[in-house]
Amino acid sequence: MKTTFVTLIALFAFISLHSQDAAEILRRVDANLSSENRVFESEMTIHGKRSSRTITSKSYAEGNSRSFTEYLSPASEKGTKMLKLEKQLWIYSPSTDRTIQISGHMLRQSVMGSDLSYEDMMDDRRLTEIYHAVVKGQAGMDGRGVWILELTAKTADVAYQRQLMWVDRERYVPLKQELYAKGGKLLKSMELKDVVQVQGRWFPTTMIYKDMLKQGKGTEFRITNIKFDQKIPDYIFSKASLKQ
Amino acid sequence: MKTAIKLAYRNLIGAGLRTWLNVIVLSFSFVIIIFMKGIMTGWDYQAKTDMTNWQIGGGQYWHEAYDPYDPFTFIDSHAPVPAGMLEEIERGEAMAQLIVQGTLYPAGRMVQVTIRGIDPAQQVLQIPTARLDTLTDDIPALIGSMMAKNSRLNEGDYVTLRWRDAAGTFDATDVIVTGIFATNVPAMDAGQIYIPLDTLRAMAMLPGEASILTFRESERQRPGLPGWKLMSKPELTREVDELIKTKQTGQTVLYGILLLLAMLAIFDTQVLSIFRRQKEIGTYIALGYTRQQVVGLFTVEGSMHAVLAALAGAAYGVPFLAWQAKVGWTLPMEASEFGMAMAQTLYPVYSVGLVATTVLLVTITTAIVSYIPSRKIAKMNPTDALRGKLQ
Repeated sequence: MKTTFVTLIALFAFISLHSQDAAEILRRVDANLSSENRVFESEMTIHGKRSSRTITSKSYAEGNSRSFTEYLSPASEKGTKMLKLEKQLWIYSPSTDRTIQISGHMLRQSVMGSDLSYEDMMDDRRLTEIYHAVVKGQAGMDGRGVWILELTAKTADVAYQRQLMWVDRERYVPLKQELYAKGGKLLKSMELKDVVQVQGRWFPTTMIYKDMLKQGKGTEFRITNIKFDQKIPDYIFSKASLKQ
Repeated sequence: MKTAIKLAYRNLIGAGLRTWLNVIVLSFSFVIIIFMKGIMTGWDYQAKTDMTNWQIGGGQYWHEAYDPYDPFTFIDSHAPVPAGMLEEIERGEAMAQLIVQGTLYPAGRMVQVTIRGIDPAQQVLQIPTARLDTLTDDIPALIGSMMAKNSRLNEGDYVTLRWRDAAGTFDATDVIVTGIFATNVPAMDAGQIYIPLDTLRAMAMLPGEASILTFRESERQRPGLPGWKLMSKPELTREVDELIKTKQTGQTVLYGILLLLAMLAIFDTQVLSIFRRQKEIGTYIALGYTRQQVVGLFTVEGSMHAVLAALAGAAYGVPFLAWQAKVGWTLPMEASEFGMAMAQTLYPVYSVGLVATTVLLVTITTAIVSYIPSRKIAKMNPTDALRGKLQ
C-alpha cells in the first residue's frame, strides 16, 4: 500500500514537472515566434500536380487582429493587396481597381490555392494562451536535439484541438508540427527549417505546409526578410492604403 | 358566307402547289409551336414535381441566416428545432435538416461539400435515407449519382470527410458510402453528402439543432416562427418559373420567325391573287357584291390557309406529338449543367387550351395578313376592273 502511494506521488510529481517543463518550453517558443508586430517579405511556392508557382509578398502584421499584405509577383498578382481588420477582410485588385470586402468565413479558405488558409497565416495567438503542453519525449532531428511536445487545446475555439510539436532544445523553435483533428486524424504537417537569429530571437524562415488528406507536395513558405516590433504607421491598416 | 367559303375553297384548291406550299409552311408553325410549348409545360410540371418530391416538400422554414447560395452562411444558420414543429416531425409530417460546410477528400483530391444531416426514417422527401439506417461502425453516407460521378465514388467506398464543429475546431473521419441515388434535382445532388441527422449534430456539437425544416402539407396556413423564415412552395419554385419564362421569351422569337415566313408567303399570295384576279373582282361587284363582301371573300380565302394548315398539321402532327409525349425529348446536352431541376428527357404535356390557343393565334394572324392586301379591292373602280385594266 505504502509502495503504491509513493509510486503514485512520484508519478504525479513527474507528470507535474513535465507539464511545467512543457509550459516553460512553450513560453520560450512563444517568446521566439510571437511579437507585438512584424514586417516581413516572403515567397510562397505552391506545388501543384503539374507545375509550381511562386508568389512573393510584403506583409505587415500586428497581433492577430490587423494585417496588411501586398503581392509583389508574379505579374498576374502584382499590386493585389489584402487588409484584415479583426474578422473582416478586404482585397484590392489592381486590374479592376476595386476593393472587395470578404466575409469573415472566407478567412478559412485557401490562400491563392495553397495549403494555407488566411486564418493559418494570420493566427498569431500565443501558444501558451490556447494550448496545454506535455513533454512526450526527446529525439534528434536534422542533427539537433528536440523535445516532442503534445499540445491540447485549452479553449474550444481553436482550429486544431491537438498538435505534436518537435521543439529545438537549444533554440526553442519548433522544427516540425503535426496538426490533428478532434477525432485524431492527422490533418496538416509543417516542417520548419532555416532557423536564423533575428533581433535576439530564433526564427524559422522556411515553413513547408502539407495538407495530409490531400495529394501533392504542399506549400513552401519562405521568409526572405523579417523585422519584429517595428513602428508601423496606423495608415497601413486602413482601407485607404489598399489603393495606394 | 357559305358561298364565300365555297368559292374560297375552290380558288385555293385551284391554285394547286402554291396553296399547298403555304399550307405546309403554316402547318410546321402549328406543330412546332404546340410541341415547344408542350415541352415547356412538361418541364414546368416535371421540375415542380421533382422539386416537391426531392427538395422542398410542401414548403420550408429556413433559419433566418440561411442562404443556399452562400455556403459561408451555413456556419451561423442553425438553431434548436422550434417546439411547435417537434410534434409534426414526430408524426413524420415534417423533417429537420442540419447543414454544415465540409471538405471531402476522394482519392486525395479536395472537394468542397455541403454536409446534410437528415433523419434516416424521414418520409417527406424521396431521398432514400433508409440506406443510412445500416449496421456499420463507420458513419454511413449517401450521395447523388452526379456527385458520385464527379468524385469517382462507388457504393462501399470509404472517403475522408473534414468539417469544423460549432466552435471552429477541425475534425475529420472516414465515412462509408452506403447508397447512391439518382435525382433530377441538382441542388440535392451536386456537392451534397447526406449523413444521419443525430450523427451530424454530434459531429458539429449542435444537439437538437437544424438549418431547414421541410413540411409535407402545402395547403395549410403556416404560422411564422421567430428566428425562421417561412418559404412557401411558390417562393421556392420561383426560379423554375423565371427560367421557363426566359426560355419562353426566347422561343417566341422562333415562333415569330416561323410565323413570319408563313405569313410572308400568304401575303404574297394574296397580293398576287388580287393583282391577277381583277376581272373576277369586277365581275363580283357587277353581280351585286358590295366591296366589303369581296374583301371578305378574299380574306376568307387567305384565312382558309390556316384551316387547311391545321388539318394538314393534324395529319402528321397528332401522331408525332403523341409519340413525343410517349418517348419524350432527350436533351442533347447534360441536363445537370443547367443547375435546375431538369430531367435528361423531357416529356411534353399538351392541353386543350394550348392547342386551341395556338390554332386561334395562327388563324387570327393569317386572317389579318390576308385582310391587309385585300383592302386594296375597296379602292378599285369596278368598270376598270371588269375591263381588266390594271389598277
